[in-house]
Amino acid sequence: MSCQLASDSILYANGIYRLVYEIVGVVLPCWVAYAIAGLVFAFILVNAVLLGAAVITWGERRVLGRFQNRVGPNRWGPFGLFQPVADLVKLLTKEDLRPEGSDRVVFSLVPVLMVAPLILMTAVVPFARNTALASLNVGVLFILAVSSITSVAIFMAGWSSNNRYAMFGAARAVAVLISYEIPVVLSLLGVVMVAASMSLGTIVEAQALPFFLVQPLAFLVFMAGMSAELNRSPFDVAEAESEIIAGYHTEYSGVRFALIQAAEFGGVGVVAAIAATLFLGGWSGPWSEYLGWLWFLIKTGIIVFLFIWFRATYPRLRIDQIMAFSWKFLLPLAMVNLVVVTLEVFLLRGDDGVLTHTDLAIMAAINLAVTVIAIAVFGNLIKDRVTFRTRQPQQVVVPGVSTIEVS
Amino acid sequence: MTIRTEPMTVNVGPQHPSTHGVFRVRITFDGEDIVEVEPVFGYLHRGTEKLAEERNYVQVVTLTDRLDYTSSMINNQAYCLAVEKLLGVEPPPRARYLRTLTAELQRIASHLIAVGFFVQELGAFGTPLMYGFRSRERILELFEMLCGARITVSYMRPGGVFADAPRDFWPALNRFLEDFEDEFAEMEQLLLENEILMIRTRGVSPIPPEVAINNSVSGPVLRASGVNWDWRKQEPYDAYDQVEFDVPIGSNWDNYDRFWVRIQEVHQSIRIIKQCIAQIEPGPVRLDLPLVLRPEAGREAYGRVEASKGELGFYLVSDGGISPYRCKIRSPSLINLTVIEHLLVGWKLADMIVSLGSIDINMGEVDR
Repeated sequence: MSCQLASDSILYANGIYRLVYEIVGVVLPCWVAYAIAGLVFAFILVNAVLLGAAVITWGERRVLGRFQNRVGPNRWGPFGLFQPVADLVKLLTKEDLRPEGSDRVVFSLVPVLMVAPLILMTAVVPFARNTALASLNVGVLFILAVSSITSVAIFMAGWSSNNRYAMFGAARAVAVLISYEIPVVLSLLGVVMVAASMSLGTIVEAQALPFFLVQPLAFLVFMAGMSAELNRSPFDVAEAESEIIAGYHTEYSGVRFALIQAAEFGGVGVVAAIAATLFLGGWSGPWSEYLGWLWFLIKTGIIVFLFIWFRATYPRLRIDQIMAFSWKFLLPLAMVNLVVVTLEVFLLRGDDGVLTHTDLAIMAAINLAVTVIAIAVFGNLIKDRVTFRTRQPQQVVVPGVSTIEVS
Repeated sequence: MTIRTEPMTVNVGPQHPSTHGVFRVRITFDGEDIVEVEPVFGYLHRGTEKLAEERNYVQVVTLTDRLDYTSSMINNQAYCLAVEKLLGVEPPPRARYLRTLTAELQRIASHLIAVGFFVQELGAFGTPLMYGFRSRERILELFEMLCGARITVSYMRPGGVFADAPRDFWPALNRFLEDFEDEFAEMEQLLLENEILMIRTRGVSPIPPEVAINNSVSGPVLRASGVNWDWRKQEPYDAYDQVEFDVPIGSNWDNYDRFWVRIQEVHQSIRIIKQCIAQIEPGPVRLDLPLVLRPEAGREAYGRVEASKGELGFYLVSDGGISPYRCKIRSPSLINLTVIEHLLVGWKLADMIVSLGSIDINMGEVDR
């Protein structure tokens, strides 16, 4: 007797899952087939995330090297492609240190807590049509909820390390993460409203015109907010190397450090994948339906490159400036976007509740103008009021100094 | 509910990514704000002053290389000037021009490092630093042509320089100057008006001129505090009285001005180098002095230069022997560090690192 998935199951849309389930289900009981199919897909996902993280560490080092007039790792494998393997072997063979006076359980739990949300987030991202593990109908909400776990993990790391630099890093990270979550959520609300769904698959299908054109403001806020959520430049205060060594993960070494690094670079990949799905049209692209995964990977790669580019070029902001940037600049921008998009959706949507291609084009034109105006207005509001002087070599008379003469 | 807070004392250094070597400073923080600062030196103490008493006058040149290892040429120059004063001799003109030229090249190299690390400490990961190193590498190659060494050059000797520049040196120098102007313009374009750099450094940690003078601060830090003071102008040595250059002065006294003054000094150094190339004439490069120098007993001399970090002085006392009876080094980095409390207290942790970078200390020189 073969097993059949109920067609309203969130796993039903996943072709690979259903295939494995039905084949295994021929010989084994249905609940075993259910578990095995799940494990197979989970195995693929975990490896996709961790391998993605490895490729991103390599890519980041190569691209940064190019930005900085150097070569980057190029010794092992073609273009140094196996460098992450060497790094991993080195980290795994290192002594696993735990500082004296640290909280053993909490300290050991952190790396797991940092990697787990990434894999959970990847579960709802569609790599191609019907290729998400779970096509959740609340996908966006799920991603936002799960990604918040990271801030808890970071604070646990800082608190349990018994290290003052780690504590600095954790305190900074929590402040930044909580402030930046709000603009990110608000920017995603606009996307959800236009697509009229929280499922990532539906959002991709709704992008007759990619949403970064329809809502440039939301895309900018999302990218800035996600840079901060990922602790990446110019918002990388939580692990500001020149200030607080490595921030919250100062005390981590060996395999735990490897996991934290995997979580960081994997995070870049996952966030890039989400951004590609929500704003760049995910798997949709020209030519064949079967090339969806390729378009998806290319779009993800573009976003990853953007993050690396930020890192190579921006100096770091100070913590108070970062907070001001979030509350005084990004939040108002996200609000403006939300209000404008709400009005547009309300006015343009037809009786059938669908936005046509023309509607999206009209929205894109209006929103582009709104973006320029809003950035100009709010940029002026938070701008430092110091006027810049011309800077030429000049003689300055200073009281009390002119009396000094060379003897 | 009230939350109890308490200040937190953190040891920054001696192992820290941005304390420029092994500088250690105990800082008490109230949250992110600095309330108390206590610098601790001595992790790189090598006893240079005592070692100098055990070597003859020419050998000591090699010790000076290792003081501020980012500006060895200028250290050589200061020491050689002191010995020449002690002996009462003057080097030949070609040697004086060669010294001026190499010292200015070294100043460019040192300022490139200072600017690069300054922006690195602001969090621009590596990129400006590598742009600076790209040009510095060319300068070190020029030094290699002159004396075979890149960092510890020991190029100068009491009474001149070790050897004349090889024939290839001059075209190589011209090529460098041509390329460097583009490379440096590129760096300037990226940094000078950078919005984030501006809001991070403008108005942060100003040193008023009174404080700077009372603490005997010198070099770019003093000039950024609005004091027009440059030993190359006040008391010209070597060929500095033959060349024209301006002294850039800051008017805001803050971190940005210290950064800006260094950028402008690089431009002035290029001017000086170009004038040196135009003015230098063939001739001997070294006085015919005995290998082992014996200055008269009881003589003292103080030779000072405007090093890349400030006034570098060597005070030498002779007892008629083959080595100095006493060699006191007035190192700019150590004396510039005395404003550290004024510089840091009341500012944030993030500003602390940048302010330390802005005074551009070098531990080889601080601990000697």
